[in-house]
Amino acid sequence: MKRLIITAVVAVVGTGSAVAGPVAPSAVVFKEGAVEASLTGVAGDPAAGKKAFINRKQGNCLACHATSDLKDQPFHGEIGPALDGVAGRWTTAQLRGIVSNAKNTFEGTIMPAFYRDSGFHRVKKKFKGKTILTAQQVEDVVAYLKTLK
Amino acid sequence: MEIQKPGMKVGAAAVIVLLAGAGAGFAGQPSLVIDGQTMITKAKAPAYTPKLTSVQSGWVFRSKETQALQLDDFDNPGFVFVDKGRDLFNKVEGSAGKSCASCHELKDFIGLRTRLPRVNKDGHLETMEDLVNKSRTKYMGAKPWKYSGSKMTAVTALISLQSRGMPMNVAVDGPAKPFWEKGKKLYYTRVGQLDLACANCHEDNYGKMIRADHLSQGQINGFPTYRLKNAKLNSVHARFKGCMKNVRAKPYKQGSPEFKALELYVASRGQGLSVESPSVRN
Ligand code: HEC
Ligand code: HEC
Repeated sequence: MKRLIITAVVAVVGTGSAVAGPVAPSAVVFKEGAVEASLTGVAGDPAAGKKAFINRKQGNCLACHATSDLKDQPFHGEIGPALDGVAGRWTTAQLRGIVSNAKNTFEGTIMPAFYRDSGFHRVKKKFKGKTILTAQQVEDVVAYLKTLK
Repeated sequence: MEIQKPGMKVGAAAVIVLLAGAGAGFAGQPSLVIDGQTMITKAKAPAYTPKLTSVQSGWVFRSKETQALQLDDFDNPGFVFVDKGRDLFNKVEGSAGKSCASCHELKDFIGLRTRLPRVNKDGHLETMEDLVNKSRTKYMGAKPWKYSGSKMTAVTALISLQSRGMPMNVAVDGPAKPFWEKGKKLYYTRVGQLDLACANCHEDNYGKMIRADHLSQGQINGFPTYRLKNAKLNSVHARFKGCMKNVRAKPYKQGSPEFKALELYVASRGQGLSVESPSVRN
């Protein structure tokens, strides 16, 4: 609810960007894996991003990536690289691209595409036509990643 | 814009530190010896799995404590169900007034587990569950059991136990070949919203942690397996279903041609591993 209200306020006040609503997953423009434009026009919230990063039903990024910043969390996966210092390795646009659809950056990667809603096989009904993260959650996660200096 | 591929080594080192902190060391039991019989938990990989140098039982990847539960049948919670299986084996049911024991002695089943699934005379791929239900419907005049129900897993555990220690040895050529190919295709097909294939986890990343789970090769030599998670015996197809659900895919039906073909293929990836049924896993 909180998120909705903020979005509404921003929409009324106007952010100066021409974004009317979130960019549809199929309309996201990747350039060499990176996504220049914000998916929502609303600045990402690193605290919300951290939550989505940890949450097993949302990003569940910890399933594959160890992150020293989250030492208080018990289980860190080791399938992908540790994300310490990731803010220095990639630009915001690159990180947005990696989170939205990492296959455009790392060919054939195991990392799921968090902002894609089609082109899958045998998706469970409940998740059909849906993205793993919402556009704003992608922005939030990217904002969180930018804090991992 | 330059795309950099940061080295994986940095990540791995950091993870080792984290794991040490969590106390999750992987110093397991030295070997799996049950009743004086040594189980083969590692074997040379077959030629058709070039990405694996050795095939390894799921037992290898479990914690020392979980491993220990399999060392002694008195500690193995799966044996409560094997005993139930024995009762069911002797129970008369159906219009023919017969039990399994009317037609079979358990020793007739020595080695059977190692060869299943297999193609029958009619050209169908058969699992152990199919064989049990065929006997029930055709010879006993009894109702088939639910594919992964508690009665079925109890009896398949009892039958599989007769082959314990013997190496898996399914036929992959001849009439089995098309089924095996179909299973192989399924193994490498990405499914679900997470867009993952069996191979992404169990071939490319076994031995690594995926959050709280230590990924194994996804071998089936220990099935039906007792899982601490649900405190019962689990069939091969129930496990496949679980893994598909976890990647947010619509699972195939248990007992379906797809899961049977996948079972044959996965069994073949574990050729040479000892049958461990009923194994203990988390
Ligand atoms: C199933 C495993 C998996 C999950 C889940 C996953 N990743 Fe990844 N990720 C990888 C792998 C593997 C790589 C390395 C690229 C490659 O080799 O494919 C990677 C690479 C990355 C990179 C570049 C890393 C670097 O050090 O340069 C970032 C950033 C990243 N992931 C962020 C995330 C975020 C954020 C999430 C959750 C929203 C996430 N990942 C979920 C497997 C995963
Ligand atoms: C996202 C990762 C992932 C994918 C994809 C996946 N699994 Fe698993 N699987 C696991 C985890 C985690 C476990 C529990 C730990 C272990 O034994 O590896 C497991 C366990 C198993 C086991 C039990 C092994 C044992 O020793 O008891 C089997 C069999 C199995 N998987 C087969 C499959 C098959 C077949 C597929 C494809 C349909 C598949 N898995 C897809 C993660 C995965």
